[in-house]
Amino acid sequence: MLKYLKKIGRYFILMKKVFSFPEKKDIFFKQLFNEFEKVGLSSLSIVLIISFFVGGVVTIQQAINIDDPLIPKYLIGFVTRDALILEFSPTMIALILAGKVGSNIASEIGSMRISEQIDALEIMGINSASYLVLPKIIASILFFPLLVILSIFIGIFGGWIGGISIGVTTADFVLGLQTEFSPFYVTYSLIKTLVFAYLITSISAFYGYYTNGGALEVGKSSTTAVVNSSILILIFNFIITELLLT
Amino acid sequence: MIEVKNLSKSFKEHLVLDDLSVKLERGKANLIIGESGSGKTTFLKCLIGLHSIDNGEILFDNRKFSIMDDKNIRKFRQEIGVLFQGGALYDYLSVEENIMFPLNMFTSFSLKEKKERVNFCLSKVNLEKTNNLFPSELSGGMTKRVAIARAIALNPKYLFCDEPNSGLDPKTAILIDNLILEITEEFNITTIVNTHDMNSVIQIGSNIIFIHEGKILWRGDKNDLIKSKNDELNNFVFASKLFKTLRNENFT
Repeated sequence: MLKYLKKIGRYFILMKKVFSFPEKKDIFFKQLFNEFEKVGLSSLSIVLIISFFVGGVVTIQQAINIDDPLIPKYLIGFVTRDALILEFSPTMIALILAGKVGSNIASEIGSMRISEQIDALEIMGINSASYLVLPKIIASILFFPLLVILSIFIGIFGGWIGGISIGVTTADFVLGLQTEFSPFYVTYSLIKTLVFAYLITSISAFYGYYTNGGALEVGKSSTTAVVNSSILILIFNFIITELLLT
Repeated sequence: MIEVKNLSKSFKEHLVLDDLSVKLERGKANLIIGESGSGKTTFLKCLIGLHSIDNGEILFDNRKFSIMDDKNIRKFRQEIGVLFQGGALYDYLSVEENIMFPLNMFTSFSLKEKKERVNFCLSKVNLEKTNNLFPSELSGGMTKRVAIARAIALNPKYLFCDEPNSGLDPKTAILIDNLILEITEEFNITTIVNTHDMNSVIQIGSNIIFIHEGKILWRGDKNDLIKSKNDELNNFVFASKLFKTLRNENFT
């Protein structure tokens, strides 16, 4: 128990260091744009591919499950839309990003730690935590919502293609998409995404920053970062859903 | 000059540095020698503030480093250059960008001035025209030299070198040693070199400090070293057959 409390304490101490004013604004913005590429743009293709196929599969499964003449066909589009907005795009994409971006952040910072690059930053008088971690957190908080919005659109597009493949008409599918649309669901989805973005980057950075040892420990940090951020994503998913939807 | 007074450091129950007091002189290469595990790396890390100290004082030209707050430590560290064992160059930056990094962070130089400074530092380490290479394209010796160039970019008053010759062939090691000595004398820097390379000791050791089991057992220069009667020091320095023979020849 004491070990976990110690770890939580260290996490907050690191965050205190991270959220300090950048030493040089122009360097911070340069770092931030680099991170947009590393954290966000490089994940675009995997997010789009997964969203397209999951959207298609969700539609096909719904079509098979509600194959009843008494249930209107437009419900297939309705269910696909809500499944994507409420759960798949924010939560599943966050778990995928925890694996891809989280492991990348932990191993990058961990490698810098074991090769004394972080010490070199500190020795130069640079706040290494803020310099390395803050641009990653801000880039992910700004970029992940865009990924999730794109994921929703591509997922729905995939759903439409999936629906057509098993005989759901475009008119029924579109009617389902328009039925009882609640804009708050999108807000809820984006709020979750912001929290998940912060969790993925800060937890991965934490494990990378405190890597101790050699190359083997970098791998361990990376794995631990992915596992712990995934667990916390699921816990916070539950908490946010309780708070916002009930 | 760096003055260390009664410095102690322990990790949990294990006392690593035991009441060390020493003066490290300006314009000289101060060599810290000792066996692996003797506490010399901990000593260096305490000096540069990477480890907190349990007791004692560290004074950099009469400024107490041990009582500085975070803000002052950050400012003060701009006066320090460190050559890490592996070079610690930033992999994602080119040689030029690595050397320019501290200049970007702490100066308001124009790009032209920064490039001039980079080229000057590279010329000091005999690595002209390597500006666009990346750390992965450099040999071990070149990496160390670029790291020295980066360490001197801000004209430091204090230069710390941790095992500068580890992993280098003897010829390159001598080159690095001479470079450190040259820079130390030319810019009148207080240089502290952490080493267990006896060639370095003989080559540049003007103020040698021998640490054994966390204590300073001996101090002197390279000439005193040959004549020393300290058993621990002799066991360490003259461990190899070659050095034993050289010592015996010197005495006979």
